[in-house]
Amino acid sequence: MNKKSTQSTMLFPYVLWLALFVFAPLLLLIYQSLLNIDGQFTIENIVTYFTSATYITMTIQSFIFAGFITAVTLLVSYPAAYVLTRTEHKELWRMLLILPTWINILLKAYAFIGILSQSGPVNEFLETIGIGHQQILFTNFSFILVATYIELPFMMMPIMNAINEIDPSLIKASHDLGANEWETLRNIIIPLSMNGVRSGIQAVFIPSLSLFMLTRLIGGNRVITLGTAIEQHFLVTQNWGMGSTIGIVLVVLMFIVMKLTNNTPTRKRGGR
Amino acid sequence: MTEKMKWSKLYLFFVFILLYTPIFYLILFSFNEGGTMNHFTGFTLEHYSTVLQDSRLIQIVVQTLLLALLSSLISSIIGTLGAIGIYYVKNVRTQEVLLNANNILLVSPDVIIGSSFLLLFTIVGFQLGFVSVLLAHIAFSIPIVVLMVLPSLEEINPSMLKAAEDLGANGFQILWHVILPNILPGILSGFFMAFTYSLDDFAVTFFVTGNGFTTLAVEIYSRARRGVSLEINALSALLFIASLLLVLGYYYLSIYSRRMKKVKRGVAE
Repeated sequence: MNKKSTQSTMLFPYVLWLALFVFAPLLLLIYQSLLNIDGQFTIENIVTYFTSATYITMTIQSFIFAGFITAVTLLVSYPAAYVLTRTEHKELWRMLLILPTWINILLKAYAFIGILSQSGPVNEFLETIGIGHQQILFTNFSFILVATYIELPFMMMPIMNAINEIDPSLIKASHDLGANEWETLRNIIIPLSMNGVRSGIQAVFIPSLSLFMLTRLIGGNRVITLGTAIEQHFLVTQNWGMGSTIGIVLVVLMFIVMKLTNNTPTRKRGGR
Repeated sequence: MTEKMKWSKLYLFFVFILLYTPIFYLILFSFNEGGTMNHFTGFTLEHYSTVLQDSRLIQIVVQTLLLALLSSLISSIIGTLGAIGIYYVKNVRTQEVLLNANNILLVSPDVIIGSSFLLLFTIVGFQLGFVSVLLAHIAFSIPIVVLMVLPSLEEINPSMLKAAEDLGANGFQILWHVILPNILPGILSGFFMAFTYSLDDFAVTFFVTGNGFTTLAVEIYSRARRGVSLEINALSALLFIASLLLVLGYYYLSIYSRRMKKVKRGVAE
């Protein structure tokens, strides 16, 4: 067996996977978006999508929700990640951060059904401090809260890694040159950890567009994201053409977000 | 300075408490005598015994584990071979294309993967069930394995491969005796990641599962939609302990492999 043939034998299953499970499904999605509910070839779905106020509002809403979730996770995560990299037991904290991500997302959502319910602890607390009962579950607020909770570790981890990778001598140099803690943070650490922030945004924003199970369990069907719409069309109303059309929109948005955050995992390899 | 440190530590604690509150809330109420997730009326293990007697639920847990094991095993094999193949590709352009293609499924939202796989299975006429879910899980786990294996491939000293070749090893021997032992830590972490991806997945499975086959995540979803049942709490407590053990296992594995690396470097120097 020569080297060339070994190489192609090894690549064969991988390339087969690429063809069958990466490219074929995407092409099928495009193809299906060109079929109407009776299976006829048409651009009707795309026209409907772009002329219907409902779909456009839904898309914009979904975008705003995802943006909001991303912004909140970033605001909470950055300081936490920064502090985390300066503690003594870094590895332990990292494990503690990873552990909740291993708990199934549905169990976490389910926990919030209890916490936020009518007679749950949050409402109990509101009652004691005199605000009284509030409908928290099945609102926009509860959706954003739970989504933020779930996405938090995915924002924190890349930021933490990025801060960790900063050459400590740069920070030393900054201190030696008379910069205080805050100036070092602003001029050295934040700019040098932007890569991590970008990966974090990418890791949170895109999934936030498609969290359909949360909109069902926590948002009480009031919040409709792109993901909810796709699931609805595929599994409930069986209008696969329209579902695929929204899917294509989501894929396009995904590529735009990736271009904007301009940071694919491969980049890290080349950079070093 | 110390004052500032104190506040920042406090913030960190606060974030971690937030992170763990819902999980411990779930576990706490798994011992609740009353049937709700709101008022703790008394301690009981009743819900645990219900879980253990629920043969349907046990069967689903076993199915889910089997699925995770099979899919991570198969995706580790395909992913590792793929990573080695990509590593060997001489043309930088081709390599870049392959790597970018590898990332597509990693960044795609679950609903897109789920719905497009559903399209694929339906158009080919594939029966939805265990095998379709297995194929889907293998498919979305392969890229993460590739991503975990590639760095350890790049750490191999190329002169070692040259030496093996000069000493007359053929392609398979080089793969088996030189490359694989060196990238084993990468393969193991790939396997682990694939395993957790599979255990954790809900959305993709939900799309391609059909009627006959259920995983734990799908089962929890349908039960949670029906309302609170403390059986789920008991189950989640058990799952939490299992994940804790898995994380600890992974932690020691990574420490071990790092130590091995150090030992090896010590020898080389």
